[in-house]
Amino acid sequence: MIYNIPFIAVVAMIFIGLYAVVFRRNLIKMVIGITIIECGVNLFLITLGYREGGVAPIYTSLPEGTQYPSEMVLPVPQALTLTSIVIGVAVLALMLSLVMHIYKQYGTLDVRKIRRLKE
Amino acid sequence: MLSLESLLETLKTGNGFWNPVVWVVATAIIFLLIYILRGFGKKDYKKETGQTQAFLSGNPEYEKELMHVKSSNVYWGFTETLKSVYDVLKKMHNGNASDYVLWFLIIMAVVFIFMGLI
Amino acid sequence: MNWLAEIIKHSPALIVAVPLLGAFLTPLVGMINEKVRNIFALVMISITGFFIALLASDVYANGPRIYVFGAQNLALPVVRILFEVDSLSIFMAIVTFILAFVALVYSWSFMKENDGLDKYYTLVLLLVTSTLGMELTGDIFNFFVFLEISCISSCALIAFWVHKGEALEAAFKYIVISSIGALFVLFAIGIFYAQYNALNIATLANVIQFTFLDKIALVLLVVVLGMKAGLVPMHMWLPDSYGQAPPSVTIVIIGATQASLYGVFRMCFTLYSGAFKNVVISESTIGLIIIMLAILTILIGVLMALIQTDFRRLIGFVAVAEIGYIFLTIGVGLVTLHDPNMITVGKTAMNGGIFHIINDCLDIGLLFLSAGAIYYATKETSLNEMGGLARNMKYTTIFFLIGLLAVSGIPPMNGFASKLLIYQSTYQLNPIISIVAILASIMLLAIFVKVFYSAFLGPKISKFENVKEVPKSMLIGMGVFACIIIFFGLFPNIVIHHLVEPAVNVLMNNAQYISAVLGGV
Repeated sequence: MIYNIPFIAVVAMIFIGLYAVVFRRNLIKMVIGITIIECGVNLFLITLGYREGGVAPIYTSLPEGTQYPSEMVLPVPQALTLTSIVIGVAVLALMLSLVMHIYKQYGTLDVRKIRRLKE
Repeated sequence: MLSLESLLETLKTGNGFWNPVVWVVATAIIFLLIYILRGFGKKDYKKETGQTQAFLSGNPEYEKELMHVKSSNVYWGFTETLKSVYDVLKKMHNGNASDYVLWFLIIMAVVFIFMGLI
Repeated sequence: MNWLAEIIKHSPALIVAVPLLGAFLTPLVGMINEKVRNIFALVMISITGFFIALLASDVYANGPRIYVFGAQNLALPVVRILFEVDSLSIFMAIVTFILAFVALVYSWSFMKENDGLDKYYTLVLLLVTSTLGMELTGDIFNFFVFLEISCISSCALIAFWVHKGEALEAAFKYIVISSIGALFVLFAIGIFYAQYNALNIATLANVIQFTFLDKIALVLLVVVLGMKAGLVPMHMWLPDSYGQAPPSVTIVIIGATQASLYGVFRMCFTLYSGAFKNVVISESTIGLIIIMLAILTILIGVLMALIQTDFRRLIGFVAVAEIGYIFLTIGVGLVTLHDPNMITVGKTAMNGGIFHIINDCLDIGLLFLSAGAIYYATKETSLNEMGGLARNMKYTTIFFLIGLLAVSGIPPMNGFASKLLIYQSTYQLNPIISIVAILASIMLLAIFVKVFYSAFLGPKISKFENVKEVPKSMLIGMGVFACIIIFFGLFPNIVIHHLVEPAVNVLMNNAQYISAVLGGV
């Protein structure tokens, strides 16, 4: 059970984020929602990286008596998460700058009022 | 690499076939025939009289600038008939970014249900 | 010819590296002179095209090619990123190259009066990089990275006319929905890694079991990539962004959309077809769902296009409908994949679908370019305000007419050949599908007859008296498209035989893909 807690947290974060995107009207809050989803997915990747009894893949600081390389954990999920965080920052910055410009043009942050493009 | 025969090959579609070159030649011949037939038509109509004017059920003809039908009026009858459909479609395309995401989630849920996962 | 073999060996990496380098050098080159910068961007794209051509000739002759980044002699295919180029990837790369090249030629005079063109060219080249990367990569996480790059750069391009509120709005909607979608793709990738400790598409395809989690991953991938390609009812961002982006880059964004479509093909046929073999029911289920959504896409796209008053938004909805045709073939292909009696039907459908990808890009691209030409000449986007433009813009009218006939599938244009394949194959599956497809095609013709009538025909309108034909570079851009359309229309057999059929063979037979990667590493 205790090992499932991260997965429950992942699902909870994704759903909280989706709730914010779908039901919140403020654009900034929608952006926050997307960030929460992203954090949830990153947490999922990190959780996958945990292997019981494995050691960190650092050659110079291996504990005594470790089987090399079978006990070392592949650092792929960490690499994926770092990449994903970097991408997430770029998307976040772009979204916030768009929100700023939208506020300048429309004078509001309510998503229901920002719909000149419809039908 | 490309030979002349391969240019003229016919595209097989399982049951049918399609060869555009033959089609183009056939169309050209038909247009030629139409042009020749047109040559047999009457040429002795009187210009600048009622014979060359458009007939609008007896109504007077307006200036050309006023006669241009705007694009949104071209298929008026069609959209009027399908008004109920278009009302639904317009309501669907309401331009709200949250609803875009909602549609995405709905479709995802529907596909999950069909796949027997929920 | 040793150096040529060496170039071909490294060209999968160079195809992505050259436009990426060009993207970040463009601002530096732009400091010298505007003209030099434009030429530089064109040269970079042309070099990419040269590598694509070399690689294409090799791939079509010798089969798939693998390019491994990183350690060559490591016994783990899991942790290396590799590019896997087969005939489908290279086909999509050719499509992307044509679109990007024409876009840059067209931009030369179209964007002349705009500021910040250094950034514009950077973004275009970056978008091309990401599209090519998505198409060539053999690693599913790498696919995600390129997907996000394409999402960011196309969002920035959609919002390029930042003084317009509508453009910002469209860009915001686009980035909201596509970043959420991309995160779901990442989630699916996590599921794959959790089960198989691998991220390589070939390795995954070899071991995939179609467990409960795999089904979830399949649904996530198909729905997200379908959304990125514009499947109804997740298409609403598409007309918004196509309608608001500068018309010169809309065609590059179409290329990025088609790359998502390529993702659907790749995931369904290469990644999952081994798994489908064991569970026939699920495969037809996902196929039937895709067919239903595709029919909905065709119908709603066409119906909505009919009532649009904005020129480019109308073409955006037509683009949605055209995407529906391609999805239809994906569905038909999936339903018939492991049915020995129907396999030829599936193959015909896939031929039509893959052929329709390039036709769709060319036809819709040509229409967008002529809409852009009208915008350039008149600064008018509403169809209600237009009229009589054929008097002043002869060449644009001819190009629009060609695009119109092609997109609505009138013989002898290229759209007819691919649609005929789709009609025939879907008719054998279920006649109703092909009736809907034909009906929608007729309605497309009706829509464009309306557009043609209200924009180009009709009496002179006084405010358009001084409208002039657009500059040469724009005409050249449209002319390239028109020539390719006519060529493809007159000789569809050559295209299908040399470009499309190899791609379909790769899709229908994923063992070749797997052995190319796992045997060659």
